[in-house]
Amino acid sequence: MTDNSELEDPELAPETGTLPLDAWHRARRGRMVEFAGYWMPVQYVAEHGGIIAEHLWTRSHAGLFDVSHMGQLFLSGDGVEAALEAVLPIDLATLKPFAPRYSLLLDEDGGVLDDLMVTRWNDGFYLVVNGATKWEDLGHLREHLPDEVTINHLDEHALLALQGPEAFAALERVVTGEYSLSTLTFMKGGRFTLAGHEAWISRSGYTGEDGFEISIAAEAAEAVADLLCAQPEVKPIGLGARDSLRLEAGLPLYGHDLSPETSPIEAGLLFGINKLRRSEGGFLGSGRVLADIANGAPRQRIGLLIEGRQAAREGAAVLSGGREVGVVTSGGFSPSLERPIAMALVEAGIDPASTLEIDVRGKRLTAAITPLPFVPHRYHRGA
Amino acid sequence: MPRYYTQDHEWIDVAGPSDLITGTVGITDYAQGQLGDITYVDLPAPGTVLKKGDAPCVVDSVKAASDVYAPVSGEVTEANGALEGEPELVNTQPETGGWLFRLTLSDVDQLDGLMDRPAYDAYVAGL
Repeated sequence: MTDNSELEDPELAPETGTLPLDAWHRARRGRMVEFAGYWMPVQYVAEHGGIIAEHLWTRSHAGLFDVSHMGQLFLSGDGVEAALEAVLPIDLATLKPFAPRYSLLLDEDGGVLDDLMVTRWNDGFYLVVNGATKWEDLGHLREHLPDEVTINHLDEHALLALQGPEAFAALERVVTGEYSLSTLTFMKGGRFTLAGHEAWISRSGYTGEDGFEISIAAEAAEAVADLLCAQPEVKPIGLGARDSLRLEAGLPLYGHDLSPETSPIEAGLLFGINKLRRSEGGFLGSGRVLADIANGAPRQRIGLLIEGRQAAREGAAVLSGGREVGVVTSGGFSPSLERPIAMALVEAGIDPASTLEIDVRGKRLTAAITPLPFVPHRYHRGA
Repeated sequence: MPRYYTQDHEWIDVAGPSDLITGTVGITDYAQGQLGDITYVDLPAPGTVLKKGDAPCVVDSVKAASDVYAPVSGEVTEANGALEGEPELVNTQPETGGWLFRLTLSDVDQLDGLMDRPAYDAYVAGL
């Protein structure tokens, strides 16, 4: 047997990757699990540790999340602008420099392949895509973008998120730059210096709180994480609380609330289809998306408040008057509301005042439809 | 009162005269640590007849719902009512006050297939 033949064995699982902060998490007693092909901390075993404590800490102070598993891409070259508009339902004429915008990667049938952030930098576009889908995304982009467009995978970069009402105070104390951190409002970004390293910082995140996302070189990650966690407001937070925070914020998670079987209109992501593109189309999957906009989508994503203490999980059937009308796409216990909540994809036209039932292992839980988000967003939109 | 352990991280304390052996079932400290913050426990009703390996009980954590399996066959006599108001007892006192349910054993020989504490500790150390 040679090494080569082993590599070709399809049964051989790819090795789980390690991210720049792997040792840093382990030293802080992060419980490491495999996620999106990497070892990542699901929670920390410390005095503030545990998903509920980490969640509540983020809602009241500031949490530092390592999201280095996500794909950071830089697209540049001749014709990148037109090429990107052929792939994404984005209107780049309205995209100001250094202001991230939410967009969607769609297939030919209008199904969602991924959701992502697009930022115009001086000489190209910076994209942040989901970790679990980044390799497929790279293939999809390479297939649909012309050869003149260079796709640079910034895999030597780490990505951190500092989230919570005290995130600004903590970051402002340690960041330096040509302009003040306060010039950034929600969905604005800029270049700063942190712990002596260059950092791309945007005021954005995935918790519903004010906060920042920080892209740095991999070799700067430990110094930056140490500096931020030395601030009294900041504690490291694992993936478990990241999920419960985004669920309370009503934010969809790719692979759960979004999939190739979901159209963006069903998922309630009309805002991800920029206004001009809603009438002009001309992007991958625009046929179905424009039809859904014109005729209404057959299904809709809703929020559910569940009675009692038992949670409904992804895949549980949603019923109305005994008839199955949809399925739970994300569900769990809300630490802030101290009750179970869920998002579901259900038939369009269900009376929002109606009471639904969820089948959890043969047991029927009662659920009320509620507007999203479950917990109000507290973004810093400025004056 | 001998205590036995399963590979699925349940424990069972057994007691009583040989013709009416009763068992108290819970999950181990290792198991609660893996599950994280427990938010709800779905307990079996007294009178429920269980076969070894049935899943009469669900422990909900923030992350996931997990089945608890019957370590042996028998009939449920009591569920731990304290868990309704304080499911976190399973986190804080997993092997004492956070017990889940009690049952009368219908086949005492099934205990032979379970582990004692040193065997369970060795099993967990190897995970």
